[in-house]
Amino acid sequence: MLRLDGVSYRYPGASRDALTDVSLSVGPREFHAVLGPNGSGKTTLVRIALGGLTPLVGRADVIGRSASSWPRQDLARLVGVVPQREDNLFPQRVRETVLLGRYPHLTLWGGERAEDRAAVDRALAACDAQHLADRWLWTLSGGEYQRVRVARALAQEPKLLVLDEPGMSLDLKHEMGLFELVRGLVETSGMGVLMITHDLNLAARFADSLLLLEGGRPVATGAPAEVLTQQTVEKVFSWPVAMQTIDGRPQMIPLRQPKESRA
Amino acid sequence: MRWTLLVVVAVLALIASVVLGPAAVPLSELLRSDIVWNLRAPRALLAFLVGGSLGVAGAGLQALVRNPLADPFLLGLSGGAGLGAVLAIALHLSGPWALPIAAFVGALAALALVYRLGLIGGTGGALDPRILLLGGVAIGAFAAAITTAIVALADAAELRNAFLWLWGGLSGASWDSVLLVAVYVPIPLAVLLAASRPLDLLALGEESAGYLGADVGAVKRRVYLAASLLTAAAVAVSGVIGFVGLVVPHLARLTWGHRHRALLPAAFLGGGALLAFADTLARTVVAPRELPVGVVTALIGVPVFALLLRRWTIA
Repeated sequence: MLRLDGVSYRYPGASRDALTDVSLSVGPREFHAVLGPNGSGKTTLVRIALGGLTPLVGRADVIGRSASSWPRQDLARLVGVVPQREDNLFPQRVRETVLLGRYPHLTLWGGERAEDRAAVDRALAACDAQHLADRWLWTLSGGEYQRVRVARALAQEPKLLVLDEPGMSLDLKHEMGLFELVRGLVETSGMGVLMITHDLNLAARFADSLLLLEGGRPVATGAPAEVLTQQTVEKVFSWPVAMQTIDGRPQMIPLRQPKESRA
Repeated sequence: MRWTLLVVVAVLALIASVVLGPAAVPLSELLRSDIVWNLRAPRALLAFLVGGSLGVAGAGLQALVRNPLADPFLLGLSGGAGLGAVLAIALHLSGPWALPIAAFVGALAALALVYRLGLIGGTGGALDPRILLLGGVAIGAFAAAITTAIVALADAAELRNAFLWLWGGLSGASWDSVLLVAVYVPIPLAVLLAASRPLDLLALGEESAGYLGADVGAVKRRVYLAASLLTAAAVAVSGVIGFVGLVVPHLARLTWGHRHRALLPAAFLGGGALLAFADTLARTVVAPRELPVGVVTALIGVPVFALLLRRWTIA
């Protein structure tokens, strides 16, 4: 569904490439996570994958068609995106903001139909947010607001879900809940998911495939156990770690720096 | 229910405009009165159309630049129009349409300049709304400075004309001007109404709006041009009438919220009603003389705005 082939990109006026020779393929029922240190090109990758930027080298396709050639509204019916930041200007209730996710399905002059309201209810239910439906956005906690944003993306009834660091500022319970939710969507609705995250351990536990970027280059890609080896993690993240295995998935535990280097 | 109320208020404002005035016209002679048909009726309708245009343009603009303080006149259009009008007065251009045409041309020139400036900041031919605001203020200030220079060098009669024009007046209303505006307004108005949903999405930020299907670059262009064209026509025909474009959208939002499908029509009706009402006051309060209607809208608008600010900080 989503496919990047040998993509390279440099921002205008930048001194080095933001991405070099990156390839990625996300199909239905697949949960892919993109990992890497700050500035490794993860958000650039998402922008290119969704047609916001055009690669200088290589191709970015969505369902067989070049990402930047998709009309925005048609693409929004297939791909739901939860960007890192949102700057909601005007006060709104949860139900109204989730309804915005139905806009790609609405005609220019037509109104909202019963099926749109039903889709909103289903999306809220899937995110365990029905009880928030009539609340004002500014009264929500960070975790609740994040779930509402995911619900809005789900209201689009997309085949592909793209999340950019959705777990930031979520507490343990809500972050686990989010990953369980996404995993559930992949398994029951057959959605494809692309997630950018800093949480290596959760990505390793829940995702089917990882792409590890460093300085815009792909360092490793494939099953979590293949990608997250002690050697690779220590090199890419410049920090000593110990590795363990839980549920057959690698988990990394950061080590404290030895006393000499901390002085 | 609230729509019925709004329509009733609008109709009442129009009726009051026609019935009240410095010359007392007995109700029984209303329909046959020359004053009513040739002076008050076109003036009431023009006030409604101008107020409505300013209200809608203000609402669209506030969504476009993502700033609730935006007013159609922040775009530099009033400065350009004022300069055009004052030049026409200083050059002694004659004819009943000389001032409106000169003002319209001045507004369009300011529009073109600010649009060009707005393209500089944005990437790949897209407008940067922050630069639109800053550029509008800058161009408006520049035009105002030249206008003031001309006025400073003008003689007393020209000075007064220029001053009165700048503060807004609907006394030149005629069936001709009503017809012209009535034919002109529907097109930019339709463009704004068609952009209702994309404007809702734009409130989330340009990136999110794009991911929800809005063609952000095209929407920004269309809304900016439509709002500017409505404002340019309003200024050309009636001078600078402030606060309508700023306050009416906020008042409308109190009842209709932020969904532009409802907000834009409500802002149109509300703005029309407000200006018709303000013009009635302008004509009757110091009868037989007349206050510039821009003064009345500012005198009403500022206290209302202060109340709204209080509500904003509570929310």
